[in-house]
Amino acid sequence: MSILVNKNTRVLVQGITGKEGSFHATQCKAYGTQVVAGVTPGKAGQEVEGIPVFNTVRDAVKKTQCDTSLIFVPPPFCADAILEAADAGIKLVICITEGIPVNDMVKVKRALYGRDVRLIGPNCPGVITVDEGKIGIMPGFIHKKGVVGVVSRSGTLTYEAVHQLSALGLGETTCVGIGGDPVNGTGFVDVLALFEKDPETQAIVMIGEIGGDAEEKAAEFIKKQVKKPVVSFIAGITAPPGRRMGHAGAIISGGKGTAAEKMKTLEAAGVRVVKNPAEIGNAVKAALGR
Amino acid sequence: MNVHEFQAKQMFGQFGIPVPRGKEITSPEGGAAWAAELNTPVFVVKAQIHAGGRGKAGGVKITKDKTAIPGLVKDLIGKTLITHQTGPKGREVRRLLVEEGAAIAKELYVSILVDRDSGWPVFIASTEGGMEIEEVAAHTPQKIIRESIDPAVGFQGYNGRNIAFALGLPAMEAAVVTPFIQMLGNLYRLFMDKNAAMVEINPLVITSDKKLIALDGKVSFDDNGLFRHADVQKMRDLHEEDPLEIEAGENNLNYVKLDGNIGCMVNGAGLAMATMDVIKLAGSEPANFLDVGGGATKETVAAGFRILLKDPNVKGIFINIFGGIVRCERIAHGVIEAAKEVKINVPLVVRLQGTNAEEGRKLLAESGLKLEVANDLWEAAQKIVKLTGKAA
Repeated sequence: MSILVNKNTRVLVQGITGKEGSFHATQCKAYGTQVVAGVTPGKAGQEVEGIPVFNTVRDAVKKTQCDTSLIFVPPPFCADAILEAADAGIKLVICITEGIPVNDMVKVKRALYGRDVRLIGPNCPGVITVDEGKIGIMPGFIHKKGVVGVVSRSGTLTYEAVHQLSALGLGETTCVGIGGDPVNGTGFVDVLALFEKDPETQAIVMIGEIGGDAEEKAAEFIKKQVKKPVVSFIAGITAPPGRRMGHAGAIISGGKGTAAEKMKTLEAAGVRVVKNPAEIGNAVKAALGR
Repeated sequence: MNVHEFQAKQMFGQFGIPVPRGKEITSPEGGAAWAAELNTPVFVVKAQIHAGGRGKAGGVKITKDKTAIPGLVKDLIGKTLITHQTGPKGREVRRLLVEEGAAIAKELYVSILVDRDSGWPVFIASTEGGMEIEEVAAHTPQKIIRESIDPAVGFQGYNGRNIAFALGLPAMEAAVVTPFIQMLGNLYRLFMDKNAAMVEINPLVITSDKKLIALDGKVSFDDNGLFRHADVQKMRDLHEEDPLEIEAGENNLNYVKLDGNIGCMVNGAGLAMATMDVIKLAGSEPANFLDVGGGATKETVAAGFRILLKDPNVKGIFINIFGGIVRCERIAHGVIEAAKEVKINVPLVVRLQGTNAEEGRKLLAESGLKLEVANDLWEAAQKIVKLTGKAA
C-alpha cells in the first residue's frame, strides 16, 4: 500500500518534447515508473525515449489508458493543459510548472471543483511512492522504502528531510509535494487523511512555510482525526513580513501567516514541531520510539 | 509588482472607477501649469512612493492657493520620507500627484484579493474608511465585510447588494448605491483582467454632493501575470526597488535583502528559508534570501557571489546546496570556478549534500580555495557563525 501512486499508475507527460519534459520523462521511466504516453500538440508520431507522443490528451488516453498526468507545460499555457487533462478523464494531475498566474489557478480550481480528478501542485516536485513510481522531478535515489509519509510545500527542503529519513533507516512510503503557490490543488489536509488511512505509513512529516493558513487548517484536522505521530518543520521564522520568499505563496501579509504562529498552532494540536530542519529525521525516530 | 498611486488611479479611470482629476508632477513649473489647468477650490499634493503612511510623514499637502503649488512641489521633490513601511532609511520622493480635493461626507474601505483557502476572489469592505484595515480587523472585526465572488460566473448584482446593505449604504446615502455596485463590478473586472494581486481603495469617499470617488488607490500585480500586460510592465519604477534585488532579477535569481551579516546562497526556496532559520538558530542573522534555482551552475553561482559581496554587511558566505538531479561534483566545479572569477574576501562555508556529495566535497577541499566544507546542515551553520562571530 501507499498513497496516490503505485506500480500500476500509467503516466502521461504533457509537454514531453520540451527540455524539462523530455529529461524528466526519461528519469521517471528509468526509476521504473510506467510512463506510457506524452503530449505535445503538433508532434504526434514522434517518440521520446520510446514513449509515444500524441497531439491531445484525449488521444493519449484512448490509445494508452493513461490515468495520471505529469505537466511541464510553460506557465502561459498551463491552465489550459490542466483542464485538458481533467476533461480527457485523467484522475490524477501533477503539475510541476512554476509561475502560473494566480488568477489562472483561481479559474482552474473552480472548474475542477466537484469533478472526479485530483490536482497536485502547481509549482511542486511531484509525487513519489518509493520503489513503485516517481512522478516528478525529485532525485529518486535519495528515497528508501520505509514507513514515513512526507507532505511538503517545498522541493529541496523535502529532499533534505527525505535524506535524513533514509540515512536513519526509517525510509518513506510516499512523498507528496503540494507546491509553493498561493492557490493550489490538493492541500495538507487531503494528504494527511490519505496517510492516516494508509497501513504502511507509521509516521508523517509535514513541511510547511510562511504564508496562508494551510498549516493552521492541517493542525485542526490533525487534532481531530490523525492518530499517527506527525513531525513538522515550518520554514521562514527569519522571513520579514510583506516580502515574497521565492515561492509565490510564501509571504506574511497583514501580520498573518508567520512561522511562529503556525508552529504554535501545530504544537497545540499535538504535532512535534522541530525548529531546526536538521532535526527532522531524529524527531521522527523518537516519535516512533526507535 | 507595486505601482504608484497615480498609476493605480489611471488604471481605475480606464475601468470606470471614479477618481479625482489629477496628474503626475515632477517639477515646480509642471506643477504651476497643471494647477492653472486644474483650477479647483482645493489642491492636494501627494508624494508618490511605494509605501503607506505618507500623510503622517509629511508627504501630503493641502492648499487652496494655486500659487503655492510650485513651492510645495519644490519642497517635496527630493525629500526623504520615513514611514512605518519604508524602514529607517526612508524613501526619496521623485514624483508627486497633484489633484483636486474632495468635500468628504463619508469614508469607506474596499479591497479585493484572492482568498487562499477557497481560491475565490473576495471583496473586503468596511465603513471604517481611512483607517488601516489590519487595525480595524484587530479591534472591531465585526466591521469587516467579506464577499466571495464565484470565479465561474464573476461578479453578480447580488454580490454588490450584499456588500452595500451590509455597509448600511442605502440608509447612509441611497443615491450612491447603484453607482457603488457598478463600481464594485468594475473593480472585479480590473482585478481579473489585469492579473492584479490586490486592489485597495482606502478611502472610497462619498462627497457632500453624493458622488463616489476613489480618493486613494493601491494596486499590486501578480508577477506571474505580468507577461500578459505590457502596459503594467511599463509602470515599474526601479527607484522603488533595492538595486541588488534588481540585479538578482536580471540574473534570474530570487534574492531578498535582509539586515544580518551572513550571506547565503541556496538551491530551492524552502531550503533557502530553512537555511536562514538555521543561521539564526546558530546565533547569527542572515543577510539575505537567495534561491539560485535547481541548476546552480557556474554562472548562477558567480552572479550570486557578486550580489552577496556588494552588500557591505556581509561578513561571511554560506552556500547550501542539495544536489538532486544536478550532481554535486558539477556544483562543486561551478563554485570553484565562480570563486576564482569573483574575488572572495570573506569566510566561505560550502555544504553539499545529495547526489555524488562526497566527490563534490573532495573537489572543493582540494581546490586550494580558502573555504570550509561541510556535509551536515547544522554543522555548516555553526561553522559559518563561528567564522563570522555572533550577531551583536
